[in-house]
Amino acid sequence: MSTRSVIPFGPQHPVLPEPIHLDLVMEDEKVVEAIPSIGFIHRGLEKLVDKKDFNEMVYVAERICGICSLGHGLGYSEALEHIMDIDVPARAKYLRTIWSELSRIHSHLLWLGLLADAFGFESLYMDCWRLREDALDMFEASTGGRVIFSVMKIGGVRRDVSNEMLKDFYQRILKMEEDLKAIAKPFLNDVAVQSRLRGVGVLTAEQADMLGCAGPFLRASGVNRDIRTTGYCAYGDVEFEPILSNDGDSYARTECRIKEIFQAFDIIRQCIDKMPAGDIDVPVKGMPNGEYMMRIEQPRGEALYYVKANGTKFIDRLRVRTPTFSNIPGLVETLKGCDLADVPILVLTIDPCISCTER
Amino acid sequence: MNMEFTPVTYELILDEAHRLKNEGYHLMQQCATRIPDGFELVYTFGKDYEVKQLKVTLPEDQEISSITSAFPCAFIHENEMHDLFGVKIKMINLDFEGKFYRTAIETPFK
Repeated sequence: MSTRSVIPFGPQHPVLPEPIHLDLVMEDEKVVEAIPSIGFIHRGLEKLVDKKDFNEMVYVAERICGICSLGHGLGYSEALEHIMDIDVPARAKYLRTIWSELSRIHSHLLWLGLLADAFGFESLYMDCWRLREDALDMFEASTGGRVIFSVMKIGGVRRDVSNEMLKDFYQRILKMEEDLKAIAKPFLNDVAVQSRLRGVGVLTAEQADMLGCAGPFLRASGVNRDIRTTGYCAYGDVEFEPILSNDGDSYARTECRIKEIFQAFDIIRQCIDKMPAGDIDVPVKGMPNGEYMMRIEQPRGEALYYVKANGTKFIDRLRVRTPTFSNIPGLVETLKGCDLADVPILVLTIDPCISCTER
Repeated sequence: MNMEFTPVTYELILDEAHRLKNEGYHLMQQCATRIPDGFELVYTFGKDYEVKQLKVTLPEDQEISSITSAFPCAFIHENEMHDLFGVKIKMINLDFEGKFYRTAIETPFK
């Protein structure tokens, strides 16, 4: 029997922009067990419900993460809207959907860039992030922000987008789609990339489901679960099918995310085509009283927003269960039996967002 | 989404978790809310798009069984409830014993 040794991985590592730590129990070059450790930068944002009223908490929710900012504001607002029985105008729902898909595009492009960088493909990394800039430019034009948008509010959205700007977005999306086709080729076809991803970190559908995995990490294992199909925002009015793969390996996760970017382009175009006229918000009356668990599909997967309100302006509890938080047990499972050299790639393939996790 | 929170006593939570696991549910989340003299714990389970939610009222000094024997991934939620709220949970399969979150003060959400 080989001697076992423990190699610490993180919290500082070239593939980790944010801190997470893994104790890798090794037998020679093989990982036999991985013990995760988080909590290096836990901010306790959920506790701010004691000091910020339910409207101000939208801004706090948006500041959970710089990548999923829009989605956090959306999930929290939708939970309150369910509790307060608020019917959001159709135009606001469509704008929320467009911004959500733009978030998916820029999040997945950011991740693809990081993956390329992990391979040492620096030009490809820069191509991904250059293309991501186009999505951020659209955010800046329509919301005024590139990272924190502050457009979400309970009862609708804070900013309208003119029909002229939407037409411009339509053309920009077409151009981005052409650019992405070129960028996607090396990820999907390059022999060196495939040798690093094919068959690495396989998670079966049963494992992914029982470990509570979410998002592309789950769907790449063949589990058909995409919360957008429940029809929140304007997702009930657009046609799309969840992107799935049956391979469950790192290549399948990459392929799912690339296809989801193309799907996001299509959903945005459908929303622009069907954009209804009308108000973008409704007045909010009274105080929230009740509890609700809202589910939305963030770029990294299903996020849950539990809100418990008590009839005053300060809610009792906001609990945000982020996709990365629920993907950590799945990551630990994929690491078992892998080579040490594959650990950085496997950590990357869950698209970890520690900022969300350390809310 | 089903918004019913089914009340369950803390003695039965592990049995309920095993029952839901046998019915094909996966664990979505566990969380604690501070209430006078104790905690309110919400357990959320999913099966495809169906959701079942259990609510447990736990007196402050009462221990509750971990559900990691049914759902091993529950360790992440249970360590969080312990570290932030001070919920006493026994038999967690991967128990960080208060070191999961590095917080400046002990159990800051208590």
